[in-house]
Amino acid sequence: MDVLGRYRNLIVLVGVLFAQILGLAVQVNVKRTTDSEPTRLIRVWAVGMVTPFEKVLVWTQTSTSNLWHSYFYLRGVRAENRNLKAQIERMSLEQVRMSQDADQARRLQALLSFKEQFISQTMAAQVIGSSGSEQSRSIFIDKGDKNGIKTDMAVITADGVVGKVLRVYRSTAEVLLINDQTSGVGAILNKTRLQGILRGTPAGEVVLEKVMSDETVPPGEQVLTSGGDGIFPKGLLVGTVTKISPGSELFLNIHVRPAADLSKLEEVLVVTKIDERQAEPDQTGAARAVDILAERLPGVPSKPETAVAGVVPGTGAFPPNTSNALPIAGAPKPATGTSKPTTAVSPQGLASGTVPGARKTITSPSSAATRASGGPVSPSVNSSTSVKSSGTASGTPANVSPSNTKTAIPAPATLKVIPKPANPSSEPKTPPTVEERPN
Amino acid sequence: MAITYTSGEQVEVYRFSIPATLLIPLASVFLQAWLPLRFPFFSIFDLPLLVTIGFATARRNPLAGLVTGGLIGILQDALTSQPIGLYGIAKTVVGFGASSLGIKLDVENVGARFLLTIFFFAIHEFIRFMIARGLVGSHIALSWPHELLSAMANAILGVFVFMLLDRVKQRT
Repeated sequence: MDVLGRYRNLIVLVGVLFAQILGLAVQVNVKRTTDSEPTRLIRVWAVGMVTPFEKVLVWTQTSTSNLWHSYFYLRGVRAENRNLKAQIERMSLEQVRMSQDADQARRLQALLSFKEQFISQTMAAQVIGSSGSEQSRSIFIDKGDKNGIKTDMAVITADGVVGKVLRVYRSTAEVLLINDQTSGVGAILNKTRLQGILRGTPAGEVVLEKVMSDETVPPGEQVLTSGGDGIFPKGLLVGTVTKISPGSELFLNIHVRPAADLSKLEEVLVVTKIDERQAEPDQTGAARAVDILAERLPGVPSKPETAVAGVVPGTGAFPPNTSNALPIAGAPKPATGTSKPTTAVSPQGLASGTVPGARKTITSPSSAATRASGGPVSPSVNSSTSVKSSGTASGTPANVSPSNTKTAIPAPATLKVIPKPANPSSEPKTPPTVEERPN
Repeated sequence: MAITYTSGEQVEVYRFSIPATLLIPLASVFLQAWLPLRFPFFSIFDLPLLVTIGFATARRNPLAGLVTGGLIGILQDALTSQPIGLYGIAKTVVGFGASSLGIKLDVENVGARFLLTIFFFAIHEFIRFMIARGLVGSHIALSWPHELLSAMANAILGVFVFMLLDRVKQRT
């Protein structure tokens, strides 16, 4: 008894340490075997004690900053506004150029039944705190369970990937950054298309692993998400390769500088919904692949302006509802025109009229249209009234529905299309004549 | 600068009010979590460790020291992505050790506090490293220059933190 009294402090110390070590071992074991978390309650209490103060402090700081910058400190706003307008103009031009490439890519993706992932919903969140430890790189955001945040949701900024939601509390959530040593992101190199796993190091760096050492990776190459981890949608910018060194077991250690500044995060976006859809060709683009190629390849002669009835002179663009000479077999929807000429026949009716001034007799509009557009065909043809295109794609019979058709021609009908001579100086305002010859 | 031996009778024992006992550790954990967001260099400091040492040396009660250290450590653990216990175990030992040493040594002068902080910072990091490696299976980057810099920085900050704690401690 005397001994116990004498070594009381030491015995208590050993007891407390033993209890904590036991608790730690249980946590590690449970984490390995199951995905549950036995320390949830302690974490909820701790986060509940600390984050309210953080929220108040961040709110105060943000409000003060907003008040100052929005009402008092407006120096340079005009110049900034001017610069932004100029930037918008530059980007608009760039967008036009890129949309053509995107249209072409979508058509090809549609042909391959390619499924694309895209971010359909995000939620902005403010960063209110961090773990405060150099060994644990995580942050806390001011959105939680009540805002619809769930674990394993991707967290990004406009610059690049930040991390994923690790734990969710009622009004806050913990985000594990990509430079934490326990994180892992499926990644792909932009040019070489080499795939690997992006991991954080104990020192807080980001390294791309599992790339074979016989591969050549140039410094400066961009690293994107590969989508293979099921958390981050494919194609998000992660960072840039800075250094390559030999790793273990025939793999390279590719050091990556994260695109997002992980040490100065203030606001982030939580990806709350990722959708997957079949790629569809753009319905608003005017150009066809063959037109784009004609523009780019000097050897390909430009398309005659009066090639077909309904071609918009001078633009080289086909009007809507003319699905003739589709460049890609089976492409579901043709492009639309930039103007709105009137046509008297359905796209199916004009499907094969490619010779200037030719009188084309179509014995079966249905079959011709099927060949041309690759889509379902309606036998209905608007022969008595002009159908103004709404500017949408028309490979499907949507634009020529029975509701806007006064005279429906049965399938075996024969159509004779007599296009008017094209006038290069003006848009064709009168529709080509259509003669009906029932069999 | 010298650390002088004192007998048990010569040592003064202090206590802290309940609000100070509750709010100061909480504030230290809060600041540790918040300041690195605004000032990334602040992550080299360990404010809860300094508070643990400060409380333990002032109270000079090993049991109070280990309980305070353990609770502050667990609170700090709960905010990280790591298992709970890494900081908890390390700060339990530091709290116990600082209290025990506080009985034997005069830790009222600046030099003693500076050296004491460096010593307990090293103990803290060593325990954390060993537990992380041996029990959790995670790796902690152990860079000696960085650890030395961190220890010095914490020791300097510790001098000021102890001065602040001197203002709120009460003689028993």
